[in-house]
Amino acid sequence: MTQQGVRWTADQVLALAPDAASRKAGSKLGAAGPWSEAGSSGEGTVWGLCKGSGSKPYQTVIDIADTAGPAYKCSCPSRKFPCKHALGLLLLWAGGDGAVPSGQAPDWAEQWLAGRRKRTAEKRAADASGSPAAADPEAARRRAERRAERITAGAAELEQRLTDLLRTGLASAEQAGYGLWEETAARMVDAQAPGLAARARELGAIPSSGPGWPVRLLEECALLHLLDQAWLRRERLPDDLAATVRSRIGLPGSAGGPPLRDHWLVLAQYDTTDPKLTTRRIWLHGTDSGRTSLLLAYGAAGRAPELALPMGLTLEAEVSAFPGAGQLRAALGEQFAPPSPTTARPRGVTTAQAAARYGEALRHDPWLDAVPVTLERVVPTPDGDSWQLADADADLALPLTPAARSRPGLWRLVALSGGAPVKVFGELGHRGFTPLTAWPEGPGEPVSLC
Amino acid sequence: MNSISAPAPTAGDWEELVTTALLGTDRRTPPGYVPGPDAPVALLDAAAVETVRRRAGLCAARAAERPEPAAPDGRPALPTAAARRLAMLLTDRPGTGGGGRRGTSPDLMELLPQWLTAANARGFAAPVQALPALLDAARGRTDLRPAALEFAGPRALWLARLNPDWRFALRATPGGGTALPDLDDPDRVQQLWQEGLFAERVALLAAIRAHRPAAARELLVTTWATERAEDRLMFLDSLRMGLTAEDEPFLEQALADRSRNVRATAAELLSALPDSALAARMAVRAAACVAVDRTREEPGLVVEAPHECDSGMERDGVVAKAPAGRGERSWWFGQLVEATPLGTWERRLGGRTPGEIVALPVADDWRSELHAAWCRAAVRQRNAEWARVLLGTPSAPEAGGPGAVSLAERAKLLGTLGGGERAEWVAGFIAAQGLSEAFQLLGVCAVPWAAPLGRAVVDALNIARDAGSYPWSFSGVMGLAERCLDPGEASRLDGLLAVPDESEDAAPGAGGYWAEAFQRLVTTLRLRAAMAEELGAP
Repeated sequence: MTQQGVRWTADQVLALAPDAASRKAGSKLGAAGPWSEAGSSGEGTVWGLCKGSGSKPYQTVIDIADTAGPAYKCSCPSRKFPCKHALGLLLLWAGGDGAVPSGQAPDWAEQWLAGRRKRTAEKRAADASGSPAAADPEAARRRAERRAERITAGAAELEQRLTDLLRTGLASAEQAGYGLWEETAARMVDAQAPGLAARARELGAIPSSGPGWPVRLLEECALLHLLDQAWLRRERLPDDLAATVRSRIGLPGSAGGPPLRDHWLVLAQYDTTDPKLTTRRIWLHGTDSGRTSLLLAYGAAGRAPELALPMGLTLEAEVSAFPGAGQLRAALGEQFAPPSPTTARPRGVTTAQAAARYGEALRHDPWLDAVPVTLERVVPTPDGDSWQLADADADLALPLTPAARSRPGLWRLVALSGGAPVKVFGELGHRGFTPLTAWPEGPGEPVSLC
Repeated sequence: MNSISAPAPTAGDWEELVTTALLGTDRRTPPGYVPGPDAPVALLDAAAVETVRRRAGLCAARAAERPEPAAPDGRPALPTAAARRLAMLLTDRPGTGGGGRRGTSPDLMELLPQWLTAANARGFAAPVQALPALLDAARGRTDLRPAALEFAGPRALWLARLNPDWRFALRATPGGGTALPDLDDPDRVQQLWQEGLFAERVALLAAIRAHRPAAARELLVTTWATERAEDRLMFLDSLRMGLTAEDEPFLEQALADRSRNVRATAAELLSALPDSALAARMAVRAAACVAVDRTREEPGLVVEAPHECDSGMERDGVVAKAPAGRGERSWWFGQLVEATPLGTWERRLGGRTPGEIVALPVADDWRSELHAAWCRAAVRQRNAEWARVLLGTPSAPEAGGPGAVSLAERAKLLGTLGGGERAEWVAGFIAAQGLSEAFQLLGVCAVPWAAPLGRAVVDALNIARDAGSYPWSFSGVMGLAERCLDPGEASRLDGLLAVPDESEDAAPGAGGYWAEAFQRLVTTLRLRAAMAEELGAP
């Protein structure tokens, strides 16, 4: 593989930006002007000096070969992560104008790299020798028991709220508004059941969500009731389902599955933000095993999660699954090589097979909103005000979710297709299909739709 | 539920559950349930089973009618590096934060027009995933539309039919993107000409005129009498391209048109033909007004403006009513001279060359009127020899007297000269006059600027810096330089990038701002060089 071949595209670099302002500031710095002594090494390190407003230029280093996604270091005072200098430098490097030649890292960059590698090695050694932190298993067990009791009390209270609601009728919920459910959600946070709290909060929003709200409210009430009941009877559930219930309730799990080494293709990466938290979802496809895995990363308000993997590249790495039946969530373990370009694509299915796949997934997890699926040979088709993905070879189609219809990615998908079949990866659930990545029928790069 | 179809059999049961839930179990008990305190739980149990069952049973829906596939785009794909560059240029959208001082980094959006021009010149196809961003950019900037739509190709029009935001693309392309018929197929041409929409007919006429000027005129003659006045004006205007003496009989006939605007346009076109009968009539009229004064020692010109605007003059396109604030006689005189072939004057004024004629003194303050009319004539007749003389020497363009030729007229006169000569004149002008009046003149020079012109601009900027002013007083020229200077000149600017020591009379901090502005200039030039290289040779 040549050095040039490993370079990322501008899109992939810009996907790392924590927000739109950084994206803009970063692209402005993606030109040779302010940079000096920039360079990159074959091991996946990029460095450079960026002239800022001060007299001393900022020192920027990026380690793209890091096992947990790219790592950045910049001497600027910005609290954005990565900062605009790191983004600009990566863009410059991605541009391949020869502004970032191959070379030997300067001392200041080498120092930071050496420090990082040492820490990583120590951490790995510590992990291998078993974590000494879990000192007192007896105390940990008692804490877990106390928490379970609180959750049980919370679940019982929630049950009471739900039966009260059903007794007086959902129509009354329309007048009650957010207040009631906000308060209930706060009670569930006190009960240390964040999963229940989030669901309770969503119930409050449904009555104002437009036509058909009673159906949606009843569905969500019923599923919340199902979760409460599952928790209250968790001792009688099969282990896998019990693990799913625990994770739905919001109990922390750990990726205990055996590490699976594969060439993981990064299918899509996208963020969802609420006022307190940015959640990043990264879908991986094992090109050898055919497995699909989901990595989650979190960032505090306004900060991008640290883990970032550019869409369309593959990384040779180990991932370990979280417990639970049909659980796709996994944790990224050791990474053996920097992300590299690939022509691999996931195998797709027809729309009918995709719908069946969601149905089967519900057997393991009835609370599941959507499953990842790749559709083979579908044509984006306008359907009144909305859009659907229609099988090129059958008369069947999957509608897009209302949210997906208003996103700019829809038009990239339509433009890519031009009325011809394309391969589309996305999430399919009861609300419809959310396209995330598309490939043209012939050769060509994947196009991000998120 | 939106449109994913749920299994039908128990839809009734589900409806029943929803109705009960809405009203509350206190008021209603579905059949088969026991009323009482346990009814809500039983209802929730049943609803949970139904919800999961409905979701698990979801099937694909019936497909709607699929869109017609987009027309294929036969152009070669953009090189990878150039495609990345385009994505980057399109990411830099105006109004996405920032603002204020521009700093040292290039203004990427300003480079998009020349990138598009270069890509079009090389005949590349646009990467399809970039089309939405390209159409959005063209939507916001009308000046980008022609180049952007040419580059975007047939699939952009296909997209525009699906998205109302991009409808402008269909309007901008005649016939909503339907191709013109084969111009060699007389039946199809005749059919479109007879039945097409106005925009389609204008496009058709222009296309034919570009290839076979006479055929276009003959096509127009077939329906001329029945066209509406506004349409006649537009069609007549399209004869401006490829105008020859062959068009004269038709134009002469249009001088008798019912519409005043059509008559004026016909007269204007005829006067651009030096051998036309109209030009000869105008020459006779104008020559009667200007003569060499032989009564003095030094030869000079005397002007006797016409005393009336007769019907013959009006028929030949002279506007009788002067605008407010202008004398009628000088107004008529100006129009006569403007429409007179410039060659007339050499014969009329004793075989003098244009240079000698322009240098002659003019009696009674008629000079500016006469010279201004000659300028308009030189522009209309695209007479480079006269234009050169009227422009004067660039180092002393005011030698002909103050206000003889305005800046706007100079810009137009420059348009009649060849590219090299134009650049050289503007370079000389800047070297003598500085940059304060150069902006308009620079606008007519070919991009990239020729070497002497580029150097003159850089030198003048350097002088302005040394004079101690702030760079934003020259932001217009600076912006032009970023877009128009030859990228090969970048290395010559290296000496200007450092922050100079502040002198006493300079504006505070100006040195730093100038260094920043020059850095941006160099960065932009490097970027343009990289852009051109990525696209390859045209």
